[in-house]
Amino acid sequence: MSYLLAFLVGGGLTALGQLLIDGTKLTNAHMMVVFVVSGAVLTGLGLYEPLLEVAGAGAAIPVSNFGYVVTQGVLQKLQAEGLFGLFSGIFSVAGGVIGAAILFGYGIALLFKPRG
Amino acid sequence: MATRLGRRSVTFDRAPAIIETANLAGAMEFDGPLGEYLQVRIDDPYLGEASWEKAESRMQEEALRAVLRRAGRQETEVDLCITSDMLNQCTSCSMALRHLDVPHLGIFSACASLTEALYLAATAIEAGTAGLVMVDVCSHHESAERTYRFPTELGIQRPPTAQWTATGAVAFLIQAGAAGPRITGATVGRVIDAGITDPYDMGSAMAPAAVDTLVTHFREFGRAPDAYDLILTGDLARVGSAVARQLLREQGYELGDRYSDCGVLLYDAERQDVHSGGSGMACSALVLSGFLMHQLRTGRYRRILLAATGALHSPTTYKQGESIPAICHAVVLEAEPGGAGEGEGA
Amino acid sequence: MGDLQGAQFQATVEAVRPKPDYIGNALRAFLVGGLIALLGQGVTEYFLAAGYTTPQAGARAAVVMVFLGAILTGLGWYDRIAQFGGAGAAIPVTGFANAVVAPAMETHPEGTVMGTGSQLFTVAGPVITYAVVAGVLSALARWLVLGG
Repeated sequence: MSYLLAFLVGGGLTALGQLLIDGTKLTNAHMMVVFVVSGAVLTGLGLYEPLLEVAGAGAAIPVSNFGYVVTQGVLQKLQAEGLFGLFSGIFSVAGGVIGAAILFGYGIALLFKPRG
Repeated sequence: MATRLGRRSVTFDRAPAIIETANLAGAMEFDGPLGEYLQVRIDDPYLGEASWEKAESRMQEEALRAVLRRAGRQETEVDLCITSDMLNQCTSCSMALRHLDVPHLGIFSACASLTEALYLAATAIEAGTAGLVMVDVCSHHESAERTYRFPTELGIQRPPTAQWTATGAVAFLIQAGAAGPRITGATVGRVIDAGITDPYDMGSAMAPAAVDTLVTHFREFGRAPDAYDLILTGDLARVGSAVARQLLREQGYELGDRYSDCGVLLYDAERQDVHSGGSGMACSALVLSGFLMHQLRTGRYRRILLAATGALHSPTTYKQGESIPAICHAVVLEAEPGGAGEGEGA
Repeated sequence: MGDLQGAQFQATVEAVRPKPDYIGNALRAFLVGGLIALLGQGVTEYFLAAGYTTPQAGARAAVVMVFLGAILTGLGWYDRIAQFGGAGAAIPVTGFANAVVAPAMETHPEGTVMGTGSQLFTVAGPVITYAVVAGVLSALARWLVLGG
């Protein structure tokens, strides 16, 4: 069941992104920004977490989840550390993905050559 | 001497001839419908170099040397070399020309650079400022993607209106009073911006410029389209050439079968994943250097009109929301009178 | 010269220009995006079975998916998946990894500092910037209103 929901929600979110690109002439970059901002706003409204509970990776794999983890990190740190959490919380949860992207990205970029 | 016809057109009365041509092209271009007319196949898009840009420069230099070799001429005999490419600051020709001793003019009209260069070459010969002129244009699929769009490995889906930049370097040698297809006239384009902002729809953006130049050409030359065996626009591809055909119809010109487009001819869109068709300076240049030169040399075509089109935007103007200015320069090419196959043509 | 630039031209272009295959593109995006999410679920379940909490398993799965996106980009496959799947390949975190690796590997000839080092985020940068700006504002608003 969790696999089916992940497939349906993950597929549904990306199909929505595709309709956004085809229907509005938004570029990929704009569409991805729309997704992360939506993820952050939905988290603020308390709506992204229920989606994650239902869909698992279906909501965690799309880039909207990046908006969620940043918001989530800042919220946790705001509660723990007060206003300084606005800064310290930004990458407290999201840091893993950024770190992985830099390390793997750098390594792969050095090892491989574009094939065109 | 050249004779002016109206404000934008001219006939070249000394009839400068394209005495030799050389081309290198990528695997996609060789696998296309006109592959049999091409000369040197490039299977490694890097040409053994470390970057796409170096590869393009290398390709350019090899085309320049090949055309001299094929004609049996020395670089010191060249009075003028006119080149263009699509990298920033036209660096691929400049890098290539470090190694050649030729007087050089660099120009840029995007994919209309080929016909701009042919016009300038013929004009110089008519004016007597140069005897033997070398023309060379080049584009490289991957370096153009990087310059104009995105990194080649980025996962971007290309829409059906997108065009495929051809990989190729093409050189011509032009001289009056020699054997070969002649450049007998030209019509210079003006910049037209039809308000298209989508860099994945350059065909539609360039179609009005092509129509403007073609209609002006017919009027100033006093010729109907049937004065030509073939009228070719350069790089409008399927979408843009359909727009151009419709716009010409609205202007009262029904071109029918004698009209086609280099971006349509270079690839087989059913078989090759090129979306709307070909583009890039090499697109019209490969069609001319291979297929058209063959048809003109054998007399299959007696007179053709080649109207190469260029989209004059940059990645910066695009990001700033500017629409795409376009231009089209047309040259008249005729088979050598009394040449091979005389009388076979239309 | 007649109307080459005005409303009639726009109408001509609209009539001739092929429309994107909305339904087909959306279905292909659904399939690719869904399959990547399915794979992500599988990796998450693996970490859950290994005894990690849900957030821990999710974070580890994301790192694995970033690696997959990066390696597929290096091998030159990811742009092909994206030509088929469109947003289905761009939106998952594997697409984020692709957006990091693609400009960096292309700029390798410009050196490891001005090239690879500086270009990692030329495409993915806006995603991070807007995630941070929107995330901070959203979290602050929620904190002020609900106290968490």
